[in-house]
Formats: sequence, structure tokens, C-alpha cells
Amino acid sequence: MNKQKLAKYFGFKFLRFIILIIAVAIFSFVLLDLSPIDPVNAYLNGAAVSQAQRQILEQYFGTSVPLQTKIYHWLLDLIQGDLGTSLIFRAPVRDVIIQKFMASVVLMAISWILSGILGFVLGVLAGKNKGSWIDKAVKVYCYAIQSAPSFWVGMLVLMVFSVYLGWFPIGFGVPIGVKSTDATFMEWAARLVLPTLTLSLVGLAPIAMYTRNELIQVLSSDYVLFAKSRGEKGWDLVKNHGIRNILLPAITLQFLSFSELFGGAVMVEQVFSYPGIGQTAVAAGLQNDVPLFLGIVVISAIFVFVGNLLADISYYLIDPRIKESEFND
Amino acid sequence: MIRKQKADDKKQWFLYSANLRTKTLVIIAISIIFIVSIFVSGYFIRDIPSSFVNANQMPSLEHLFGTDWMGRDMFQRTVAGLGLSIMVGFIASAVSTCISIILGLFSSFNKFADEFVAGIIDLFGSIPHILLIILVSIMFGGGVYGVIMGVGLTHWTPLARVLRSEVKEIRTKEYIHLAENLGRSKIWIATKHILPLIISQIIVGVILMFPHAIMHEAAITFLGFGLPPHEPAIGVILSESMNYLSSGYWWLAFYPGMSLLIVVLLFDLIGENVEKLLNPETAQE
Repeated sequence: MNKQKLAKYFGFKFLRFIILIIAVAIFSFVLLDLSPIDPVNAYLNGAAVSQAQRQILEQYFGTSVPLQTKIYHWLLDLIQGDLGTSLIFRAPVRDVIIQKFMASVVLMAISWILSGILGFVLGVLAGKNKGSWIDKAVKVYCYAIQSAPSFWVGMLVLMVFSVYLGWFPIGFGVPIGVKSTDATFMEWAARLVLPTLTLSLVGLAPIAMYTRNELIQVLSSDYVLFAKSRGEKGWDLVKNHGIRNILLPAITLQFLSFSELFGGAVMVEQVFSYPGIGQTAVAAGLQNDVPLFLGIVVISAIFVFVGNLLADISYYLIDPRIKESEFND
Repeated sequence: MIRKQKADDKKQWFLYSANLRTKTLVIIAISIIFIVSIFVSGYFIRDIPSSFVNANQMPSLEHLFGTDWMGRDMFQRTVAGLGLSIMVGFIASAVSTCISIILGLFSSFNKFADEFVAGIIDLFGSIPHILLIILVSIMFGGGVYGVIMGVGLTHWTPLARVLRSEVKEIRTKEYIHLAENLGRSKIWIATKHILPLIISQIIVGVILMFPHAIMHEAAITFLGFGLPPHEPAIGVILSESMNYLSSGYWWLAFYPGMSLLIVVLLFDLIGENVEKLLNPETAQE
């Protein structure tokens, strides 16, 4: 019985996923089709060609094909996993995205975990010692970092650690003159530290604020008062009554932050010249590489959806109350 | 004697005889004056004199934020950039607000309209925000216009979501049913019965939309979309200063970013205080 409900639930989710991705694909395609970008000019990139050659190219890119037909072909190719050929990399979009996305996933995964743990710990510390200097420091930090542009934080980090202290190289995924496949693990790792640090510093603010506020609310509840009257105090009290209650929503919130994580990665990769998906997206946007940009939009939508799905699943796995209510509808 | 001392300590040094409402109003007024003065002075700063003799100077009393590689005063450039950012923020918020009000009211029509609005909100929420802005600004052909539309057409989702849930609740009220039975049109109900009730949500939503719009404007110009390099936008200034980071010219990046942060914080402050005033639960404290 339960399995059947589970299958129904995931079937529904999968259907939603398909509809959403098709909607995103059509939406972004129409937007870029309405844009003044001329594929022939973007392809030629200023090279001089004769009129006849131009016509051949126009025919190749299908500039006169009606929009419905173009959308139809784009969706058909998308289902087959063919995203076209990138204009700036002169390679299949799929290969480019897979290669760049791998580099970004390492960056995003490490900073996602780091920011989650750090944010939660800081939030608990601040909430437990409400009104103390720790609480005030965490609050000021969170307010400031949430109002600061993430790329500026990245620049500050770069200035402090690379320029002044000289601990880390200033940019690029691998040292100049070394192929990315030849770089040693340490060379990769050394260039991963600062972007990861920046993303974590920015990402921990919402989770810390949330944890702090929730913990304060829990600690002022009746059952905590009762626990105190029973003689529980200090860290045990927080662990037994606070953390158990706030861990689940905090984890869910962290899964829901995939969208901001991706946006942060775009900015941070640009600052640190880290060759990931974000930098590729910016390059594709600036140089009118429509197929690559469309591919990245679709991939990022899938990425965000997976985050939301994981949030749902984590709810289901951890909280027994959700199992009761969600699946009974 | 000691007791009296303690009571005095609790009083705040700032406007201590006024009540919370007055204090909130004063905070709002000061923040608004600050922002308006930045905007106005940014508008009047047109030509910043360049002198290569004074290039790359450290911050001093003469040049508060130092000078850049052309010897231009960074303080003037920063103020001009902030003025531009605030203007873009204004236009973008106006566009976004219109969209969210229309969608919010449209969701009151019937179930399908409601589902449709929810679908659009989901669609816009499923693409990372920065990519969405790039997408829209490319569609409008880039430039200043592209940036304004890109920022303006993508910031309505949080407000629209709030309005939709508010409208959903209001729609179940009896006087709405009564108005429907009396044969009033959907549009009449939406504008006469629903809109007045969500005005305070709209005002707060707009003010809280501002900081996001300004930050995204800075981000998008930093990436190189939109504003041309000679415009003194904050994003342009910061992306230019990237080239001088390794030379140790820290003031080129530090101060403009810091001023942007302060402006964003000011808007947050205004938003929170206005919300305090408009929310009936906290307004009477």
C-alpha cells in the first residue's frame, strides 16, 4: 500500500518535472528567438563572406523557418539528448556542458556542505546565547553578507588571500601552460580553495539566520520550560529539544538553496576565472552562443528541480509526520 | 540613587522621549533623505575630470575613495554609479510591481487563472535568477534597456507569490461571494474588494524588492552585460578594478562595494520599518 503511494507520488513528481523542463525549454527558446541575435552573424563573428556563402549559411541555420517548426525541432533534439553545436567551443554542447559542469559540481558540492554545517553551527551558537556577543556578531555578519554582492565578497577574499598573503594563485582552474587533464590533484585543489571559501561564506548566512530564529523560538516554548524545570540545562537541553526540532527544516532549506548556489557559482567563477559552468554561461551570453546558453539554462533548471525534489525526499525520509499527511491526500 | 542611574541607562540616547512610532518614522525619513541625496548628486555628476598626474592615489582627505588609473576621483564615480543603480532599481521595481499586482489580481478570477499564475511563478523560479536576467536582457538586445528589463521582468515572483496566497484567502470571504451573487464582474471585485486589502503587502514587497534589484543590476553589469564601460555603474567600476587587484590597489574595489552594501542595507532598513508601521500587530507598540 505504502509502496503504491510512493510510486504514485514519484510518478506525479516525474510528470511535473517533464512539463516544467518542456516549459523552460520552450520559454527560453522563444526569448532567445525574439532577441536581435542573428545566428549567421554570431557564427561568422565579423568574418567577411560573399553573398552566396551567406545564403548557404542562412539556409543551414534556418533563419527563415517559422517559429513553431523551430521549437518542434529543438524539443525533438532535446529529447534525444542533442543540444546542438556550441559556436565558441566548436564542439557538441552536451560535451562542453558535461565537462564544465563537473568542475562546477565539485565547487558547489563542497561549498554547499561547508556552508550548511558552518551555518547551522553558527546559528545554534547564536540562538543558544541569545543577546551575547556571539549572537550579535553572527547577526551583523549575516545581515552584512546578505546585503553584499557575492562577487564583491569574492574580490575581497581574493585581495586578502592571494594578493596580500600570497597563499593562493590568483585565478584559472590550472596553472598557465598546463593542460587541465595533466594538472595534479594539488594544483586543482589549490585553486578550488578560494572560490569554495567565498561561496561558503555567502551561503551560510541564510541558514545561520534561520537556525538562530528557530532555535530561539523552540527555546521559548512550553516544553523547553518543562524540561528546564525537570533539571535539564545547558548543551543537553539544546541537543535534546532544540536541534532535533530544527535540523529537518534547516536541511530542507539548504536543499532549496540550489538556485542561489548556482547563481553564486556564476559570479564567483567569474571573479576567480574558474572554468566552470557559470563562466561558460557568461561567455556564451556575451558572445551570442545561443545553443550553449540554451543548454545551460535547461541544465540549470534540472539542477534546481533536483534540489527541490531532494528537499521533498529529505522531508519524507526524516519526518514521520509528513509520511502520514502528505501521502494520504 | 543607584536605582535612578539604572533607569537612565535603559533610555536610549537617540530621541529618548519619543515613542517607537516616531522613532521608526525618523529612521525611515533619514534613510530616504540619504538615498535621495545620493540619487540627486549622482544625477548631477556628469564629467569627472581625469588627471594622469594623480593616477592610482591612495584614499586621502582630498580623494576620499582614492583615484583610478585615469586619475578620476573614485568617490564621485561611486556616487554616480550608485545614482544609476538606484534609478535602475526604481524602474525595475515599478515594472515588477505592476506584473505582480496584475498576476495577483488575475489569480482571483477562477481556479484555472490561479493555476496559471502558479505555473508561471514556478517557471520563473525554476531557472537560476542570474541566468534568467541574462536571458531576458539578451532578448531585449542588451544595453541599458536590456538590463532594466532583465532586472524588472524577473523580480516579481516573491511578491506575486505573497499576493496570490493573500488573494486566495480573501476570495473565501463572504462579501466576495455576496458581490459575485449580486452580479459584479470579476474585475470589479478584484479592484474594489481585493486590491485595497493587499495594498500594505504591495508597499512592503516593493521596498524589499529594491535591494535585490540593485544587487542584481550590479551583478549583471559586473559580468559585462548591458552598460558600456564608460558609464560609471557600480558593476562596471568593480569589474574594471578586477584588473588592478594584483597591483594592490585595494581601494578601487573596496569602497564602491562597501557603498553599495550600505545603500542595500538602508533599503532593507526602510523596508523593515515600514513593515513595522503597516503591520497592525506591531504598529501600536
